[in-house]
Amino acid sequence: MSVQTWTWILVGITFALYFGIAIWARAGSTKEFYVAGGGVSPLANGMATAADWMSAASFISMAGLISFMGYDGSVFLMGWTGGYVLLALLLAPYLRKFGKFTVPDFIGDRYYSNTARTVAVICALIVSFTYVAGQMRGVGIVFSQFLQVDINVGVIIGMTVVLIFAFLGGMKGITYTQVAQYCVLIFAFMVPAFFISMQMTGNIIPQIGMGGKVEGGAFLLDKLDTLHTQLGFNEYTSGTKSTWDVFAITLALMVGTAGLPHVIVRFFTVPKVKDARKSAGLALLFIAILYTTAPAIAVFSRTNLIETVSNKDYQEIPAWFKNWEDTGLIAWADKNGDGKIQYVAGSALDGKKPEFTEARGVNGERLISNASTATNELYVDRDIMVLANPEIAKLPNWVIALVAAGGLAAALSTAAGLLLVISTSISHDLIKKQLKPTISEKGELLAARISIFVAIIIAGLFGIYPPGFVAAVVALAFGLAAASFFPAIILGIFDKRMNKEGAIAGMIVGIVLMLCYMIRYKTGLIWVLDPLPKSEWWFGTSPEGFGTIAMIVNVVVSVVVSRCTAAPPEEVQELVENIRIPSGAGEASNH
Amino acid sequence: MSDQKKHAKAYWKENLKYLIILLAIWFIVSYGCGILFREELNQFRLGGFKLGFWFAQQGSIYVFVILIFVYVRLMNKLDKKYGFDE
Repeated sequence: MSVQTWTWILVGITFALYFGIAIWARAGSTKEFYVAGGGVSPLANGMATAADWMSAASFISMAGLISFMGYDGSVFLMGWTGGYVLLALLLAPYLRKFGKFTVPDFIGDRYYSNTARTVAVICALIVSFTYVAGQMRGVGIVFSQFLQVDINVGVIIGMTVVLIFAFLGGMKGITYTQVAQYCVLIFAFMVPAFFISMQMTGNIIPQIGMGGKVEGGAFLLDKLDTLHTQLGFNEYTSGTKSTWDVFAITLALMVGTAGLPHVIVRFFTVPKVKDARKSAGLALLFIAILYTTAPAIAVFSRTNLIETVSNKDYQEIPAWFKNWEDTGLIAWADKNGDGKIQYVAGSALDGKKPEFTEARGVNGERLISNASTATNELYVDRDIMVLANPEIAKLPNWVIALVAAGGLAAALSTAAGLLLVISTSISHDLIKKQLKPTISEKGELLAARISIFVAIIIAGLFGIYPPGFVAAVVALAFGLAAASFFPAIILGIFDKRMNKEGAIAGMIVGIVLMLCYMIRYKTGLIWVLDPLPKSEWWFGTSPEGFGTIAMIVNVVVSVVVSRCTAAPPEEVQELVENIRIPSGAGEASNH
Repeated sequence: MSDQKKHAKAYWKENLKYLIILLAIWFIVSYGCGILFREELNQFRLGGFKLGFWFAQQGSIYVFVILIFVYVRLMNKLDKKYGFDE
C-alpha cells in the first residue's frame, strides 16, 4: 500500500478514537469542565500532561533543530525537562493543596487583591495566545503535508477537530483524549527511532546506539565530529553559543516550563497532594522517553544527511531529496557547475528562505534567485528532519504514515490544552470572579464554551495569517512565564511575608522588562524599530535567555517592595501555613 | 503552640532540607556537569560519548526523573511520620 493510503487509514483510526473518547467523557459541571472533576488518576494525568506538554514543536522540530545545533541543542533538552523538577518540588503539591481552578485564582487569593488577579489573567492570556498561535500553524503544516491539502485548509480542519472535543468535554474530555494521544505520539516517535538505530549501530535502543559504533569500528559521535570538521562546521559535540548564554537560556526555559499556566493547571485535576507529586514524576518519565530519543535521532539523521548528499552527483540523489525540493524545503544551487552537491559551513542563501524561479537547471534542479556567494550550495529546512528521516533511512510505508498520525496527535493535544486555559481565564477568572460573581453554574459553563469557541477562531486566524513575529515569539513565551508567574507563585508559598504590593510590582516589572527586551532585540517594533544586533545584548544574553535576568529582577523587586510595605493580613499568613501541609486537600473547590 | 502546629513546623523544616539537597543535585548535574564544567568532563568518556556532552543530552534528564521519584518517596514517608498522610 502507498504512504498516502496508510496515512488515511492511521489518521482515520486515531481520530475515531479521539472522538469516541470525547463523547464518552462529556462534562456536565464547571468542575468537570475546568479540572475534570478532580478525579483523574496520577497515571492518566501523567500521560495527559506529557501529551499536553509535547507539542508539534517537540515532535517535529526539536530533533531537527538539535541536529543542526549539536551541543547547543542541549538547551531545549535540559530546559524542557528540568522544569518538571521545579514543578514537582516547588509548585505542584502546594497548588493542589490550595485547591482552586486556575493560576490567577491562586495569585488573587494569596495576594488578597483583584488587581493581582487581573495582572495574572493578562499574563496568562499573553503567554497562552503566543503559544497557541504557533500550534495552530503546526497543525496546518502537518495536515497539509500528509493529506495533500492547502495549509489553510489544514488549519481549518485542525480548528474544527479541536473545537469538537474541547467544546464537548472540557478538561475531562481533553484529559482522556490526551491519554490516547500520548500513546499514539510516543509509539509513532519510537518506532522509526528503533529501526534507524538498528540500521546504523546494530543496537535497537537509540539512547545507547547514539554512543555506539558504526560500521568500520569508529564511534558514531566521533565520526560525526570528524565529518563536521572536514566540512568546516564546528564540532557537533561542542557548539557555538557562549557558556553564559547556554546557561541563561536553559534556566529561562526550565523556569518558564514550571510557570506555564496550561502545565500547572494539570495538577489541579488529581484527587490528593500525594497524587500531584507522583503525577509530576510520571509526566516527566513519559516526556523523558521522547526527550532522550530526540538527540539520538538528531545524530542519526545528521550523519545520514551528510553521507547521503555531500559531494554526490545531483542526478544520482535519492527520490526523497527531490520530493522535498518540490515542496520548497530543500534547495540546491550548483554554484561551481560541477553537478555535485557541496555541503559545507556557511549559508547557501541570502535571506532565510529560498526564492524559487519557475525554471529548472541543467541537472533538473529548481533554480533559486537568492543564492549567496558562499561555497555552500545546499539549503535544508530544519523542520523536515523528523518527517524525512524514515524516508532517508528507507523504512516501510506504514512507518512513514505513523509519523503523520503522531505529529497530529502532538499538535492537537497541545492546542486543546492551551485553548482550555484561555477559556478558563475568561469565563472563570474574569467573568465569574470579577465582572459578574452572581453568574449561575450553567451560565458559567456556557460562557466557558463560548470563550473556547472565540479563542479557537482567533487562534485559527493566527494560524492562517501568521504575523511575522509569531514564530519568534513562541520561544519567548517561556521567558514571559519565567519573568511573571514563577516568582509570584514561589514567593507566595515559600515567603510568608510576601504581600500584594511586592508581588504586583514584581510581576509588572518582570513582564514589562521582558517584553521591552524582546521588542528591542528580537522582534523590533513594526515600522518604527529594527531589532538591535547581537553585539548590543546585555551581558551577551540572547532574548531567549533574558527571561532569567527578568526573573531575577522580579524577585529582587518583589522582596524589596514587600519589606517596605505592610505585612499581609493574619488570615493570608494562615493560608500559607495551611498549604504547606498536605492533609485535608479535599476537592478542588469553587469558593 | 498546639501539637498540630508544632508538627507542621517540624514537617516544613524537614521538607526544606530535602528540597535544598535535591535541588543542589538538580543544579550540579545540569548546570554543573552539562554546562559549566563540560569542557573538563569532555576529557572523560562514556562509551562513544564525551562525558560532558552525555550529561547535557542524556544524563541530566535521567537524573531529573530519578530526583522526582526520590522526592515522592521521601515525602510520603514524611507525611506518615507527622500524621499528614491521607
